Parts: sequence; C-alpha cells; structure tokens
Amino acid sequence: MVEITSPRFKANAREALADKDLQRALTKVPSGFIAKRAKAREKLPEFDALRDRARDIKNHTLAHLDLYLERFEAKVKENGGHVHWAADAAEAREIVLKICRDLDARTVTKGKTMISEEIGLNDYLEEQGIEPVETDLGEYIIQLRKEHPSHIIAPAIHVNRDQVEADFRRVHGHLPQDRDLTAPETLLGEARGILRDRFLKADVGITGANFLVAETGTSIIVTNEGNGDLTQTLPKAHVVLASIEKITPTLQDVSQNLRVLARSATGQDMSVYTTFSTGPRRADDPDGPGEYHVVLLDNGRSSMLGSEFEEMLRCIRCGACMNHCPVYHTVGGHAYGWVYPGPMGAVLTPSLIGVDKAGHLPNASTFCGRCEEVCPMRIPLPKMMRHWREREFERHLQPATQRWGIKGWAFFARRPALYRAASGIAMRLLGAMGRKRGRFASLPLAGGWTSHRDFPSPQGKTFQQQWAERKR
Amino acid sequence: MTTTRSGGPRIGLFATCLVDLIRPSIGFAAAKLLEDAGCTVEVPPQTCCGQPAYNSGDRADAKAIARRTIEAFEPYDHVVAPSGSCSATMSKHYPELFAGDPAWEGRARAHAAKTHELVSFLVDVLSVTAVSAQWEGSATYHDSCSGLRELKVHAQPRNLLGGVAGLELREMAHPEVCCGFGGTFCVKYPDISNVMVGRKTDDIAATEADMVLAGDLGCLMNIAGKLKREGRRTEARHVAEVLAGMTDEPAIGEAER
Repeated sequence: MVEITSPRFKANAREALADKDLQRALTKVPSGFIAKRAKAREKLPEFDALRDRARDIKNHTLAHLDLYLERFEAKVKENGGHVHWAADAAEAREIVLKICRDLDARTVTKGKTMISEEIGLNDYLEEQGIEPVETDLGEYIIQLRKEHPSHIIAPAIHVNRDQVEADFRRVHGHLPQDRDLTAPETLLGEARGILRDRFLKADVGITGANFLVAETGTSIIVTNEGNGDLTQTLPKAHVVLASIEKITPTLQDVSQNLRVLARSATGQDMSVYTTFSTGPRRADDPDGPGEYHVVLLDNGRSSMLGSEFEEMLRCIRCGACMNHCPVYHTVGGHAYGWVYPGPMGAVLTPSLIGVDKAGHLPNASTFCGRCEEVCPMRIPLPKMMRHWREREFERHLQPATQRWGIKGWAFFARRPALYRAASGIAMRLLGAMGRKRGRFASLPLAGGWTSHRDFPSPQGKTFQQQWAERKR
Repeated sequence: MTTTRSGGPRIGLFATCLVDLIRPSIGFAAAKLLEDAGCTVEVPPQTCCGQPAYNSGDRADAKAIARRTIEAFEPYDHVVAPSGSCSATMSKHYPELFAGDPAWEGRARAHAAKTHELVSFLVDVLSVTAVSAQWEGSATYHDSCSGLRELKVHAQPRNLLGGVAGLELREMAHPEVCCGFGGTFCVKYPDISNVMVGRKTDDIAATEADMVLAGDLGCLMNIAGKLKREGRRTEARHVAEVLAGMTDEPAIGEAER
C-alpha cells in the first residue's frame, strides 16, 4: 500500500516549496496543459455541449450501476473472459497474485493504471517474488526512482531531464558509459530498447481501463506510447484493473465521452492509441492473450453512491482539474500524500482513506473554481470540498484555533448591534494605530498573514458609523 | 420594482464586512456610483454574508447569519455589494444553504434573485455605459475568482474603466489566476498562499502599471499587503473608488499623505 502522508500535508507542502528541482519542473504544468486544452476547446464549438452530454451519460450510469456492472460481467464471460469482484485493495491484490501464480508468472508488464497505485500492487508483487515492469515511460522512470506518480496522467511531471539521464546511467549499467543521452529522444530510444525485451519476456500483462463497456464486455485504454498494446497482447494473460465507476453503457456513449477526455487532458483531439479489448484471443485471431481477466475494485466507492459525493464518481481521470489548480502548481502532486492529487484528489481521497487522515486536502483550496470550470464531467469540486469541511466541522477534526476563530466571528456576525459596537471600537483603535503608516508589519494573532505580507490598516470609523453620521 | 422619488430602484447596499471594517471609502464609492445611476441607496444594519462560516463547514452559523441578512434586506428592490465573493455567496449559495427548508428556502431564493455584484449591476441591470471620472496613470485589473467564475464579471469593469479619462488599462499575464487569498485559506496555508500572491505581484509588476484594481477587498488586501512587503510602488484600489472618482483617500496599505 502506498504510504499515506496526507496528514502531514503542511510539512509536505513546505518541503515541496523548498525543492528547487520540483519548482522548476512544475512550471511545465500551467505553461503546457492549459494552453493546449484551451486551443482544443476553441476548435470544437460543441465542446461545452459535449460536456453536458458526458455528465448526463455518467449520471444515468451511476443511477443504474448495478445493472450495467452485471451486464458487463455477463458479456465478458460470454466472450470467454473472467470477472473478479474486489471489495478492497487486499482482495484485489490477492486476485492478481492468484492469476500470476496459476501461470507460474515471473515477470509482469504493466500499462499505466492508477488502480495499481491505489492497491499498492507493485510492492506486493515484488514481495511475492514476481517482478512488475512499468512500460509507460513516465511510470518506468518513477519505478526506477522508487517513487509514486505525482500526476494522474503525467506521473513523472515532477522529474526533470537531467534526473532521468542520471537514473538511466545508474540502472542501465550494461550500456556503454560514454553514450550520448543529451537529447530527449535518446532517452526515449534507450527506454524503448530496454522495454522491448521485457515485453517479450512477460508472462502477464496488466493494464488499467479508461472505460468498460457494458454492452460488449470491452475494456478500453487510451495511451500515447503504444506500450499498453504490447502489454496486453503479448503475454499469456491480460489483467484489467478497473474501479466500478469506469463502466459506460454503450460504445456510442464511449465514443461521445472519448471526445472530451483527450481534449481535457492533453489538448489532443484523440490520444494516439485508443485500444479496445474484448475477451481473450479467439481461434482465428493472429495474436492476443490466452486469458482475459477484469478485476473490478470497489474500495469504498459504492458507499459514495447516494451521498453528497456521488458526483465524484463521474470523474474520467483526465487531470484537467490539477492542470488548472494554482495550489497544485505550487506544491505538486506528492504533497497531497496519497495516490490522487489536486482537486479531484481533495474530494476522492477522503472518501477512500477517511477524512480523518485526508482532512487537509479539501481545506487546501481557495475555492477559486477553476477546476470546476474545466472539468469535462462538470463535477462541482469546490462544493464537494466544502461538504468535506462540513463533515470535519461536525466531527471537530479541524484545528481548535480555526474552529474557535470561526465561532468567535460568527458570535458577533449573528448579533448586529453587538457587532457594530465591538467593531466600532476595535476599528477606531486599529485605525488610530495604523492609519498614519497605512499598514502593519506584524499584528498579534495574525502571524499567518503578516509573516509574508503587510496588513493594510483600517481607515478608522466603520462604514456603518460613517453612513449613520452622514445621514444625520 | 418599486420606485422612489428619484424614479430609480431602491437599493440595499451590502457593504461587506471587510469594507465596513477596513475600508469604508469603498462603500461610499459604491453608494455614489449607484446614486449617480439614479438609485436610492440605503444601508440597513448588517454584519457579514456568512461566507467564512459556510466555507469552513459551519453550516449552522452560516445559516443563522444568512437569515439575519435576508431579513434585513427584504424591503429592497435589489441588494448590491462591492464584492464578487459576497454577492456570489448570497446569489448562488443561499438557496443551496436553505434547500428543503420550508420557512426559508423561498426567502433565500428571493434574496438571491435580487442580489448583484456592484459593477455588473451598473452595466448589466442599469445599462450604465460610462462614468464621469478621471484618473491619470496606468492600471491593471485582477479578476477575483468568485466574481469571474460564479458571476461572469469580466468585461463590465474593463468597459467602464475604458471610459475613465486619463486611465490607461494594461492587461497583466494571467489576470484570471487566483491571488492566493481564499478567505481563511491565506492564514490556514500561509506558505502556499504566499507563493500564489508572489506570482500575482510579479505579474502585476511586469505590466509596470501605476495601480492594480479589483472588485474584492479581500484579494486587494492580500495583493496590496504583498506589494508593500516587497517594497513595490504599485498602488492597490477597489475598482469602485476609481469609477466613482473617489481616490483622495490613500490607496490600500498606503501611508497618509
């Protein structure tokens, strides 16, 4: 299981802010993704209408989730595949291990899957003597570095080129030490060469799924590197790891939702590869896996149905919310302390690991609303972060100073006469102290503010006092 | 809509707690702009819209404060506030706060329907196309998040600023990116907030404008406080002060002249 450091979000954030390499790498996020998505949206006048449709399709699906999941299972079986239901991470890991054991698997290749991160699959397989090999370039890089993804579609966005070169020289020790790796393409070529060999040796290939199609029993992945195709077609078995909300009723629905996915993620009209997998290799197929397994993971999602967090299950993992998040831009993905960073993580993580551990995440937002503005599924992310804050407030999980600060303010705000009397005195006092200079460099109880910026002085009498005097 | 002696609508001005406490001159600027546009302006007893409690998860206090506010403003044709974030709390979130409450849902909806952010009210409702104000120098405008995204305030302030004699408007890079204020966020996560406002003041400084304007005092206190701490000379003011031609008071965080 990925270690949870979400409770120490503040310390994580401070470390991230002090990390010069990370800060340099993070500048790529706003400069790259935002402009590309904006351009893709501009080119497609019906884009916002498609987002409405995408939202409606997913709402319909979630309202009938049991029906579509059962239909999917029946179709997969009909096609000769297997469906495994996993209530939690431990069950999912055991299912995958059993499939590997039954095939005497030693090496497992992996396409990009966040569910694998969520269930901590790589560490588990290694403990069991099975070698997992990540084949997505970004995932491969962070596997070499023994790290976790810091972004759901660009897992190694926090790593810079020089670091990758150093890692390749360290790990690919059999290659000539004097080789030239200055151009990014040479790094790519080297990874491709290494991975080619691993693809051919793998016994089992594991991928995620962007969509599961109930109508046909198909799993779909979108990639830009083609690694997913080699991962799933060459080995003896293809294992699909997917959470239950990935289900989509029909191919028609999928083709509609694909139109918003890549545009929101990378600004592409379509990803380079969109690969459909329906069952194991058939008698007249030229290639394909001998076995086809789908592991359907719940891990807390079914408890979100019918709650104020149900809409989060519409998420298609495009990453647009974190690409546009000014907080993500400053601290990066690792600070969030678990698998899912940024605004979608701020809502999903408390659902999956508990708000007692992930309480900082929904608070570390200014509610600027950019995430909701760009979400292709129109998920009201700030609203749901606020719902988490309500749960925390009910359970007294926030720091006491914060709670009593709000309570103290509310005490006066609920009592207009008292508020006017108290604020009238306080502002005249503060105004008298600060008006001449115009600002305070430090103020008692306001260290959070004045450690980084001055506090503008009040002008003196309150507006309500002055207005009353003017009317007299 | 009831009319008054002047023939214009009767406005309940919601000054916002920050303007009430910190910078009353913005309230007077708002009143002047509304009166110049033919409105009758009144200021009923008021405190806060309840947003700090609402966004901190304290629904009970948020509702109690909201009920006070709704009651106080029931007599007016419109509620107008010189703030996108307080206006959005009232116009977008009050109905949500009282959803399913038979006694208050209707009243919250009525309050929401008549609540407006100041500059969009002038332009979109009163059809004001120009103001008679003058300010010599260059200015850049920061879009506060709630006003921009919840209330679609974007072109209105720029259009009116375009008519201020002597004022040259310069767009900064990323005017739509949050300044890092975020209400209680800036004190809950001061390190992150500091980086965000630092990026904002860099973008502002790069325009070499004399002044930065915005429609929310919270953002402006954050931006002005950072500009001062960095020793920069850019002034910060609420857009209403410039549109009303009321710039005699020192700018935000500025010493008395």
